[in-house]
Amino acid sequence: MRYAAPTSVEEAVQAMTAEPGLVKVLAGGTDLLVAIRSGRIEPDLVVDLKRIEETRTIEPEGGGFRIGAAVSSAEMSAHEGLSAMWPGVVEAAALIGSTQIQSRATIAGNLCNASPAADSVPALAAARAVASIVGPNGRRDVPVEDVPAGPGKTSLEAGEFVASILLPKQADRGGDAYLRFIPRTEMDIAVVGVGVNLTLGADGAVADARVVLGAVGPRVIRCEEGAAALVGTTGDDAALATLAEAASAAAAPIDDKRGTREYRIQVTGALAKRTAKIALDRAKG
Amino acid sequence: MSKIHVTTEINGDPVEFLCDGEETLLDVLRDRLGMTGSKEGCGTGDCGACTVSVDGKIVCSCLMLGAEAEGRSIETIEGMAQGEMLHPLQRKFLEHAALQCGVCTPGILVAAKALLAENPDPSETEVRYWLAGNLCRCTGYDKIVRAVMDAAAEMRGRNYAA
Repeated sequence: MRYAAPTSVEEAVQAMTAEPGLVKVLAGGTDLLVAIRSGRIEPDLVVDLKRIEETRTIEPEGGGFRIGAAVSSAEMSAHEGLSAMWPGVVEAAALIGSTQIQSRATIAGNLCNASPAADSVPALAAARAVASIVGPNGRRDVPVEDVPAGPGKTSLEAGEFVASILLPKQADRGGDAYLRFIPRTEMDIAVVGVGVNLTLGADGAVADARVVLGAVGPRVIRCEEGAAALVGTTGDDAALATLAEAASAAAAPIDDKRGTREYRIQVTGALAKRTAKIALDRAKG
Repeated sequence: MSKIHVTTEINGDPVEFLCDGEETLLDVLRDRLGMTGSKEGCGTGDCGACTVSVDGKIVCSCLMLGAEAEGRSIETIEGMAQGEMLHPLQRKFLEHAALQCGVCTPGILVAAKALLAENPDPSETEVRYWLAGNLCRCTGYDKIVRAVMDAAAEMRGRNYAA
């Protein structure tokens, strides 16, 4: 296995395109190194993104923030502006693994690892985050929810990688939240995760909402009916009950060691309600 | 295949080594540099026995390639005591009998030192969450947490610059 640490996006794309064998991109490495050491994958070339300037910074852009692909969860948590604007996204990233993992793990890696239970992805999708993908044909912007193609698979083409993720400007009366259910208090993988992002209108009613479910399908699920249940309401109990029903109905989970299908469906509704309440409180400011 | 030449700093000393692409920092520390204080427990980033500090942030050295160490500043358990003088955390671990088999201890000490650098007065809950990525199968954690709290109190009292 060869290791390359290019210092520019162009150099990285060139190295990846020139390699005929298996190429893997290294950001935080918290999933990649496990896969390599277990022998599950045997890359011929690993391209470390951490020496590329764009991947290392959190930059204000268009009122929001562009987060480099190698920015760690700990660095996101330490960024006051980002934490104030997108607390749900930052909290989702902060749920991933231990203190040690937080020092290395990245949201771009979480996205491209394409685990259905990835914590940051429902929050990012609810926030309408956009991945900036670079490759041999230049740069393209893709909504984050379209990057994972299924468990362990992405829609990235050969020679492409996510260089950064743009979180747009949060609306003036907007709020986001992410909750996951695990049977422990930390260091676990989501049984269900829910991201909610909503905006209040001048009348105090919900003007716009996004509800995204994680760990209950091969990819995150955008729950349009759940969002519709909130829009036009003040987020009262009746609206939250309708949201819970819609979220449970949209969930399409599997049975596994972390929970049965039936259990996950029920938890999805309860969790959607709790997450929406936090987002509502944040939107009210 | 040609090896990768890496120049880095470990416990304040400049260090150069050659490694293969797939070698982890933990492999390099233990097998090339003879620094066997960092332990391999799980090898998957779950147990924290291999914890080292890289540019002031704790990481699992089993989940970092040796090649990634280029230009970084690394601190391991070997750099914790000053000669014969133990770090207050090390001393408190002995006083409180906060270890039994000792395999998790180096990683816990490195992680706890990083906690106290960031937060000199942590609550018990903060200590427990910070150390959630350091597994100990002997002690039940109670004595570890007490030792860290006690070391923190002593270090605050003496305004100890660790």
